[in-house]
Amino acid sequence: MKTTAGDPTLLLQLRNVTKRYGTFVANDGVNLTLEQGQICAILGENGAGKSTLMKTIYGIQQPDEGEIIWNGDKVAVTSPSVARNLGIGMVFQHFSLFETISVVENISLTVPGTLPELAEAIRQKADEYGLDVNPEAQVHGLSVGERQRVEIIRCLMQNPKLLILDEPTSVLPPHSVQQLFGTLRKLSDRGVAMLYISHKLEEIRDLCHSAVVLRQGRVTGTTNPRNASSADLARLMIGQDIPTARHAEAKPSCEPALKVTDLSYENPDPQGESLDNVSMVVRPGEIVGIAGVSGNGQSTLARLLSGEIKLADTIADQIEVFDTPVGNVTPGKRRKLGLTFVPEDRLGRATVPNMSLSDNVLLTAHRAGLVRKGLIRRRTQANFADECISSMDVRSRGRHSIASSLSGGNLQKFVLGREILLKPRLLIVSQPTWGIDVGAAAMVRQKLVDLRDTGTAILMISEELEEIFEISDRIHVMYHGKLSASVQARSVTAEDVGRMMMGEFDQTMRAA
Amino acid sequence: MFNQYTLVRRSQVSFKGILLVPLVTFALALLGSIVLFGALGANPLEILYRLLIDPLSSTYNISEVVIKAAPLILIAQGLAIGFRAKVWNIGAEGQLIIGAVVASIIPITFPDSQNVLMLPLMMLAGMFAGAAWAGIAAVLKTRFNANEIIVTLMLNQIAIQILFLLINGPLKDPMGFSYPQSVSFPEVAMYPLLSPEGLLRANASIYVVLLLSVVALIYVTRTFSGYTLLVGGLAPDAARYAGFSAKKAVWISLLIGGAAAGLAGMGEVSGPIGRLQPSLSPGYGFAAIIVAFLGALNPIGIFVAGTFMAIIYVGADGAIIDAGLPPAAPTIFQGMVLVFYLASFALVQYRIVRLQPEATA
Repeated sequence: MKTTAGDPTLLLQLRNVTKRYGTFVANDGVNLTLEQGQICAILGENGAGKSTLMKTIYGIQQPDEGEIIWNGDKVAVTSPSVARNLGIGMVFQHFSLFETISVVENISLTVPGTLPELAEAIRQKADEYGLDVNPEAQVHGLSVGERQRVEIIRCLMQNPKLLILDEPTSVLPPHSVQQLFGTLRKLSDRGVAMLYISHKLEEIRDLCHSAVVLRQGRVTGTTNPRNASSADLARLMIGQDIPTARHAEAKPSCEPALKVTDLSYENPDPQGESLDNVSMVVRPGEIVGIAGVSGNGQSTLARLLSGEIKLADTIADQIEVFDTPVGNVTPGKRRKLGLTFVPEDRLGRATVPNMSLSDNVLLTAHRAGLVRKGLIRRRTQANFADECISSMDVRSRGRHSIASSLSGGNLQKFVLGREILLKPRLLIVSQPTWGIDVGAAAMVRQKLVDLRDTGTAILMISEELEEIFEISDRIHVMYHGKLSASVQARSVTAEDVGRMMMGEFDQTMRAA
Repeated sequence: MFNQYTLVRRSQVSFKGILLVPLVTFALALLGSIVLFGALGANPLEILYRLLIDPLSSTYNISEVVIKAAPLILIAQGLAIGFRAKVWNIGAEGQLIIGAVVASIIPITFPDSQNVLMLPLMMLAGMFAGAAWAGIAAVLKTRFNANEIIVTLMLNQIAIQILFLLINGPLKDPMGFSYPQSVSFPEVAMYPLLSPEGLLRANASIYVVLLLSVVALIYVTRTFSGYTLLVGGLAPDAARYAGFSAKKAVWISLLIGGAAAGLAGMGEVSGPIGRLQPSLSPGYGFAAIIVAFLGALNPIGIFVAGTFMAIIYVGADGAIIDAGLPPAAPTIFQGMVLVFYLASFALVQYRIVRLQPEATA
């Protein structure tokens, strides 16, 4: 099945690779070459065809036209196991871990060896690359960030010749990013090539030798990222300058919209995140950012605030929304007070994957006049969905599109649009731009600032420091279940916050 | 040799595939019957005729189909609402029995009554009793997280024993020569017959079933409550995020399913049977589970699937007599329908892939 057909000095060549889904052309005549040890960035907005191209190389799907040449030989990568045998590894953006078994058991599914051996090997890799992972932990108890670390380690255990990385750093703290980059450079020196999908332009300039830019399924440019500015790269990618959020001074009022007082929570799952004496205040008209590496208690905090986890009646007043104790009431009762919430899991939590956008609107917007006497008002529902889609520029085939058919960025715009259209007095948003492209991310941030300017109180949990700095007015940092006192975003430096993210803070620090 | 093949989940399930499932299922089950019963010496054409054509060939037979379709459709409509929420009520048979028993207490207590309110009262009694019986599973599920499949299944056995106990005790006809059966019900306790001459057994319960099917259709497509149940079944995390109570979903699902089965049980004693007796149902409560899934949990689909299943029931009765089929034939046919349904549904969701030599090496 292998025939000599290409330049044997190149590790990977793609020739005219085309992939269609029905009438939609996801990849259109893509050419690409990769040498041993070369780190090549794949840039492009959501829906530009990056994931499709990577899935083709990794054998998840077959190209309709074109060929893949590996080490000079034409190959048919008919399945991921074929790809792995060739020496191609992939770290996914959407994780492919089984939730009900442990980290080491997951890895044993693709890596040979006994469980104790593998656990030891995982610990070694974890130390080597600064990826904090407990091999015995059950995957269902891991945060999004921890799961990604497991994905990265799993690939590294197979000693690949080509590593495909889909947004690998989106959940790593700054110092670990540098550590990972050190590792990736070391791998590159040893001849391992990498295809690196990322939206973080600075990282691409820092790490990658070349960059291939995709737009609407076609290669629109190949460039050396070190000679191009971030703005140049962004222009190639989205065809316009990156918009930045207008960031005027906040004019918060005095009455708190959200008040959390000495909130502690012992997670019944030993691997889950617990909280330790968390206190904070969010006022109307300001954006309060919570920075920190994911897995430090943010997702538990978000669930406690939203009502997905309820407190005991006796300590219900540890969470107050507009002076009403809400710690023990349902999400619905909290929403009646004007709270809306955008969680970090867009598919399966913020939306029902198999339902249309129209039906997904109903999930939280049923209070906005979409239901009368228990009956759904289809016309109002359709109008709400259409408004949500048009106001947020959600790229889809309209309100009948199934939620899971949207790209991550478009789905996030939809969810945020839905929650904003509900005219919240308090918006809690978790990882608002996680894994979405710069164009969509800039729009999401701008919407948050606009909403703030209308007098809404916003609490934003994010692990992207740039984002925290770009739009927050005050910043808290979360570390091991503790929350720092807040600091003013305009007077603190990124280095200070970076240190706080490593746990160097005092919970009783001077309140801002 | 089969280990060279594996099942891979399809990225998209085609709508055409979902429509094909019940058709392929019935076709395979018919084919299976012909092969199986043909091997026992029955004439294949005769079997096909008896199963599919004969039940529709006379007014009397059609009336028999209506009698069997009514409980099947009614129970399946109730169960499907719960199944959409992934609440698995397997106890419709028991709920049917309890509904029949409790409804029967009224005419057994007042056997000479002329009060026309008796029938509506019995309908309410049957629904409440079936719902209460299913409610036991709801309490155990929401309080102690006891699996509702196990609980409802075991409650079936308890319901049968309660029926036996009462029909041999307080509900037994004292003038009935010790037969375990109640007195015959008075006229006001019976559904009116459809034909004026009274020659056919089909009765007005089918109107109730039609009406409730429409209600079910409105409930699942138009009401917010039906929507919350579906969300809970499709994405529990999204239901939690939106604040839809999982406990409420369990309660609604089991109460609706129980009420429908209880009403169906009352329809048997107030319809073709006319009294309380030890055998009330030829397994309607279980067959309705198959009907609900064959109808793709859709009220219209259920109506079609329930009618078809009733035709087979009636046809199999005839075939046992006229085509020499064994008495177990209807049960065997239902079993084949279930197995073929599961197999064809799996193939709509998954595709068979031959493993690559590299991967097996």
